Amino acid sequence: MSAEGDLLHTVTADDISENRKRLGKLMVWGAALLCAGLALWQMAFETGRVSSGFDNWRPVLYAYMLWATVLCAAQVMIRGEAGKRSLFVLPAALFVISLVIFPLLFALYISFTDWNLASADGPKPNGWDNMVQMWNDQFYWNALKNMVYYVLAVSVEYVIAFGLALLLNAQIRARKFFRVVFLLPLMLSPVAVSWMIGKSMLEVRFGPISRVVRELGFEPSFFGTPEIARFMIMAMDAWTFIPFMMIMLLAGLQALPREVIEASKVDGATGWQSFREVIFPLMLPVSVTAIVIRIIFKLKLADVIINVTSGGPGGATDSVTSFIFREYRDRSNVGYGTLLAMVYLVLIIIFVTLLLKLVSRWMERPA
Amino acid sequence: MTDTAVFKDHDADRAVRVKWWASRFAIYSALIIWAIICLFPIYWTLTTSFKLAPDVMRGNMVPWWDYTPRWKGWESLGLSPRLIGEVSTVREEFFKRFWNSAIVATSASLLAVILGSLAAYGLSRFNYRFGFMRNSDISFFFLSQMILPPVVLALPFLVLYRSLDLLDSQIGLILLYTLMVLPIVIWIMRDQFQGIPVELEEAALVDGLGIWGAFIQIVLPIALPGMVAAFILSLVLCWNEYFFAALLSSTNATTLPVMVASQTGSQGINWWSMAALSSAAILPLIVVAIFLEKYIIKGMAAGAVK
Repeated sequence: MSAEGDLLHTVTADDISENRKRLGKLMVWGAALLCAGLALWQMAFETGRVSSGFDNWRPVLYAYMLWATVLCAAQVMIRGEAGKRSLFVLPAALFVISLVIFPLLFALYISFTDWNLASADGPKPNGWDNMVQMWNDQFYWNALKNMVYYVLAVSVEYVIAFGLALLLNAQIRARKFFRVVFLLPLMLSPVAVSWMIGKSMLEVRFGPISRVVRELGFEPSFFGTPEIARFMIMAMDAWTFIPFMMIMLLAGLQALPREVIEASKVDGATGWQSFREVIFPLMLPVSVTAIVIRIIFKLKLADVIINVTSGGPGGATDSVTSFIFREYRDRSNVGYGTLLAMVYLVLIIIFVTLLLKLVSRWMERPA
Repeated sequence: MTDTAVFKDHDADRAVRVKWWASRFAIYSALIIWAIICLFPIYWTLTTSFKLAPDVMRGNMVPWWDYTPRWKGWESLGLSPRLIGEVSTVREEFFKRFWNSAIVATSASLLAVILGSLAAYGLSRFNYRFGFMRNSDISFFFLSQMILPPVVLALPFLVLYRSLDLLDSQIGLILLYTLMVLPIVIWIMRDQFQGIPVELEEAALVDGLGIWGAFIQIVLPIALPGMVAAFILSLVLCWNEYFFAALLSSTNATTLPVMVASQTGSQGINWWSMAALSSAAILPLIVVAIFLEKYIIKGMAAGAVK
């Protein structure tokens, strides 16, 4: 038995008759057969082998849900108390498996087909054609390159967030007021932010920021050149998500042992020294958690880009997600879009795994 | 400052005083600058919703000072004092979207909190073996869903929902949103349950409750604040979700962000009506942030500090 935290151990004498076990198994298999039978029948109907069938696949879904319920109930019937224990995790596990694993397998299939939802034909398997197309798709590689820039921007966000957390942790008045105000941007939907900032405050003629820039003697153009446009997207995204990192870091700061910091003061450390030698090293685990989670969120970045620049100018601000979104919206190209998404998923998994490995090795190293 | 001056008649001691004031000044100016950065866009949106075209062009900022607030923007949503009694199709449209957002976000968060709390409790209390997977593997399986980018699921779900006739339905969105926030809920709740001493349940079991009885009667009331935190965090995430809603809904189940986005797309949109729409979309969450800030912070801090 592995020791994973504080476990609750129960000993129960279950006396389950053979008949009850058999009935439970029978129920599970019956429901599974019903579900599979319905699915086969519906598939035969869609391919034209059977003349009668349902309008859609709903009944199959209901049969699947019945099977899932029966499976949960059967746990108790077959395994008694142990079954009751597994009922805690089973619903969530079934939910995630049926909503992730199954669609992922399906996605794997459609990513190797030529399937345009706008045309009447169904999916046509086309082997490695999508892969070849992706290899030659400059815009996709460009979007991947942009993702690297976007992820790197996290480091700047981290510095600002850490600074704000230190400020909030200092001896200040009206701490609650500032905390609420600093939290507000996180509450706003990225879509509203893209109008509020991207479309109105940065509007070239009347936006308040444009006015300030013009007062300073420059001609405002926020989404004209690739570099500035990308920076603007980063800034808007940072504006919404800095509070997220800030709060995690603030929680970390408040959990620091006071004695250590006081001891460093007694030893004569200045403010900067005690930050660099004591606070920062103690905050490393929290910092790493915050950064990793922020990077994971960053990899999903799309809403602001879709609504403000639609990837322009010339794909300079495109993230992978917004690029695939347009691939589907403009061309209804499901097959190719899915392949791009699957490749992105593989890249993300490799990247995050490497990141976690690197982090854990780096954290274990004696400082 | 720990080394506070005791005597005021020495230069070195007076310097400490000056340094203290300088650091106060620096801290408060930094706080105020960032507060302005956070608040200005919200202020701008709220005030713009009461402006007319000339006010926008002239760049007037302060209501009653350099322009007179008008209800024009809110009239285009049918939400001004003059129009509130009358029948308005725009207002009905807006409330339909609002209602969709509310239903989808609340049900998805509720479902995620129920499923997630159960799973988190199980994982923090019992030993499981699903095939080769042990507790830590199962936890990792749940948490690893966090890195799944929405775009990977979006297109398969589009096709699946079309054949299941769930496209453009609230249920479809609820299922996906639940999936999206479930890892976060499990992350928060696992931390909560690990903080509850296992002796409580042992006492309850000795007193004759079953496992589920102990969970519902003893553990749940203690873990309730954590569940509220997880619920509110999920609510915020679901309310703001745009990507799935834009792809998977067209007329019936469209949520508020999609409505806002569809308005921004059209060129030459009236600033004041757009500002009113944006304000209406963000106001509920600003209220949530102000009154339930404690829970939001608790939720986000839960995973950070072990």
